[in-house]
Amino acid sequence: MSHHLVSAEDLCFAYADGTPALQGVTFTIHHGESVGLVGANGAGKSTLLLHLAGVLFPVSGHVRVGDWPVTSATLPRVRRSLGMIFQDPDDQLFMPTVGDDVAFGPLNLDLPPEEVEARVGEALERVGAAHLRGRPSHRLSGGEKRSITIASVLSMSPDILVLDEPSASLDPAARRRLIALLRSFEHTKIVASHDLDLVLEVCARTIVLHEGRVAADGPTAGIFADDALLARAHLERPLRLQGCPRCGSAAAR
Amino acid sequence: MTARIESALAHIGSIEDLAALDTPIHRLDPRAKLVTTLALLVAVASFGRYEVTRLLPLALYPIVLAALGDVPAGPILARLALASPFAILVGIFNPLIDRAPLAALGPVVVTGGWLSFASILVRFGLSLGTALLLVATTGFDAVCAALARLGLPRALVIQLLFVYRYLFVLSDDAARMIRAHGLRAPLGRRPGLRVAGSMLGQLLLRTLARAQRIHAAMLCRGFDGVFRLRRPLRLGARDVAFAVGWCGWFALVRAVDLPQLLGAVLGRLG
Amino acid sequence: MHMSDALVSPAVGGAMWGVAVGVAAWSARKLRQAPEDGRVPLMGVLGAFVFAAQMVTFAIPATGSSGHLGGGVLLAIILGPGAAFLVMASVLMVQALLFADGGLLALGCNIVNLGFFASFLAYPFVFRPVAGARPTPRRLFGASLAACVVGLQLGALGVVVETALSGVSELRFASFLLLMQPIHLAIGIVEGLVTGAVVVFLRRARADLPLGTALAPEAGRPRSRRAALVAVGLVAMLGAGVLSWFASSRPDGLEWSLARLAGGRTPVVPDTGLRRALARAQAAMALLPEYGLEKNAAGGRESRPRSWPAVDAGTSTAGLVGALLTLALSGAVGAGLRAVRRSAPASRAPSLRSRQDVT
Repeated sequence: MSHHLVSAEDLCFAYADGTPALQGVTFTIHHGESVGLVGANGAGKSTLLLHLAGVLFPVSGHVRVGDWPVTSATLPRVRRSLGMIFQDPDDQLFMPTVGDDVAFGPLNLDLPPEEVEARVGEALERVGAAHLRGRPSHRLSGGEKRSITIASVLSMSPDILVLDEPSASLDPAARRRLIALLRSFEHTKIVASHDLDLVLEVCARTIVLHEGRVAADGPTAGIFADDALLARAHLERPLRLQGCPRCGSAAAR
Repeated sequence: MTARIESALAHIGSIEDLAALDTPIHRLDPRAKLVTTLALLVAVASFGRYEVTRLLPLALYPIVLAALGDVPAGPILARLALASPFAILVGIFNPLIDRAPLAALGPVVVTGGWLSFASILVRFGLSLGTALLLVATTGFDAVCAALARLGLPRALVIQLLFVYRYLFVLSDDAARMIRAHGLRAPLGRRPGLRVAGSMLGQLLLRTLARAQRIHAAMLCRGFDGVFRLRRPLRLGARDVAFAVGWCGWFALVRAVDLPQLLGAVLGRLG
Repeated sequence: MHMSDALVSPAVGGAMWGVAVGVAAWSARKLRQAPEDGRVPLMGVLGAFVFAAQMVTFAIPATGSSGHLGGGVLLAIILGPGAAFLVMASVLMVQALLFADGGLLALGCNIVNLGFFASFLAYPFVFRPVAGARPTPRRLFGASLAACVVGLQLGALGVVVETALSGVSELRFASFLLLMQPIHLAIGIVEGLVTGAVVVFLRRARADLPLGTALAPEAGRPRSRRAALVAVGLVAMLGAGVLSWFASSRPDGLEWSLARLAGGRTPVVPDTGLRRALARAQAAMALLPEYGLEKNAAGGRESRPRSWPAVDAGTSTAGLVGALLTLALSGAVGAGLRAVRRSAPASRAPSLRSRQDVT
């Protein structure tokens, strides 16, 4: 297995109406890293993730996942090693029951039925949702849906997990469970999020996107301490790193 | 119309809860239950237009199904009541038009029109009530799986599952939009044609965008155009016995006028 | 326009079921041949969209009543005929199974009236020609309006014809026709206006979407083949209708109209050899006996169904008593079974059985 697990080189992409979305994005992510992707709305985070998953193809530049460049021919292999979790769980849970959704991926890999069922069980155990196996997807709470979307990707045993705004619309308890879950994964993780506190807790490295370009790429702690950079990128410090609202003293690291 | 659909959606929720129970009926193979329901529908359809009492023994099936399946009569009857105006509206003309006397109960003469009207109502209750019970004891997705295995084109089955799955999501979207409009409309007036056109257009745009996202999610999990089956349903002796037994009852009811027989026997005893 | 079972005879209902299933199977096969391009989730959510769209009621100007979108023509414009038919069929099936809207015997009729005419007649033969190759918004609007009017007129006509051929309801053919067509003309206009508005909106918002131009999967097919297909379908329906007319013992509606036209005399239905042969065939098909034609192959037509052989107080009362007893017994069985279920402890709390894995 290649140590350069995910890399983008001079990625450029524009929407159908001509609006530029990515203008020369370059980075390399190594095996086991946990990388946060932050930026203002419209900075290009979701578009970049869709390129990693091979849903969109760049106008120019290259994307590599593992040993393969991401092209239409290599998509089956790419999707086996990179699992993408989308922002809206309703877009991702389209089968009648939870079990059906989690089994969808392994079935598409043409695994034998017993293997499929075993993987479904394992994936649901891993996210703590084994009791939801027979339930219809649309009757779940936000937090449960989020867990199931993660399980539906885990059942394919990917090496890389890509998550787009995983904590959106989660209540605090569900969010806390999500953070614990993500920290327990040993996969390579790429997390695009507005929730800077989650990025702080889960990701050791952070890439800042601004208007389709990489504005910064480095250790999370350093990036979140650089107020000038954050301001340029229409961001601010995570709440945990901001001053105390009561006494006004500076935040602890 | 909005309230009607919203109540209908809530009703589906309660049907789903019922379908998640664990009873001997629920454990039967969905194909057995589907075939039996279809046999009942055929039996109901095969009676003549003036038959009323001969149909009644068929009701034993939905009654037993509901009892053994722990399905309360209330929600089923309520849904039937809500849907009945169609049948009533059509049948209500019959007593007015068909006045030929066909039967007599003592001094009261019953015309053909009333008989056919009553027949319409009985058939409505039997057929639609049994269909509802089928879903309440089996679950919509299991019924679809049974339909697929009995020969319905796969594309149509997948289509049914998707419609069912996204019914609530899209109805929520629509409800939110209607509410938003209502809050800004003068005196709660309904939207005019142009406003409705753009509301529907917006809803449609969101629907199309959602379809693209769902497709992306499907592709990312390896979808290649073919929906694969998880595990074949196994037909047991109990399932076959269930279907054959009830079909036999339907055939008996079709062949013999049981209420007449019962009444005659009672008359002879009394 | 949803027909209930009360309007439909088994023969007509069964025939229309056959047409609906046949067209559905044909459409499904056509879709399989087309490349996978996201059509499956699109069709799925558009089906759900139809439900959601029916929640949006709007005021019809100058009438004070309200209307809502039906969706048949709109679906055909977005998806093309085959896919749109399948979506409409799925919507009607869900409505019948879960909402008890529309009968189950009449489901085939409803699918044809509301799905087939819009997708396979109104769209290709009205919308496409009127819209042309590169339609302007005004053209799109006009084409939508025309297609909806035609589609709904055909659908209403379908209801009337199916009802008449069934001979079950007492509704007279001519008066039913005079009632249905004008009403559905108005409904068609309203539907057309809304559909037109939506299509124009869509065109402005998503210029990339091919609307009304050749992107439907069947589009590449030569016109003549499609026309032939439609002709076959129509012939099949007509054939089924003619057969069931012969078989029905009460084609009163049509006869009535004919009689009125002929000047007051009810024409006697000719007792031809064909009729007798059909009657014998029917007798053999014991499962669906039509009203009184069997066992009377000697000719003539029984005017009353077999089930009530005589206006005899004795038998009628016995029948009624027996019926009441039947109901009482069934109810008692039901109550008894419920009591048994309640006492069995394991089943008391609703629990989630391990769902049979279905797809």
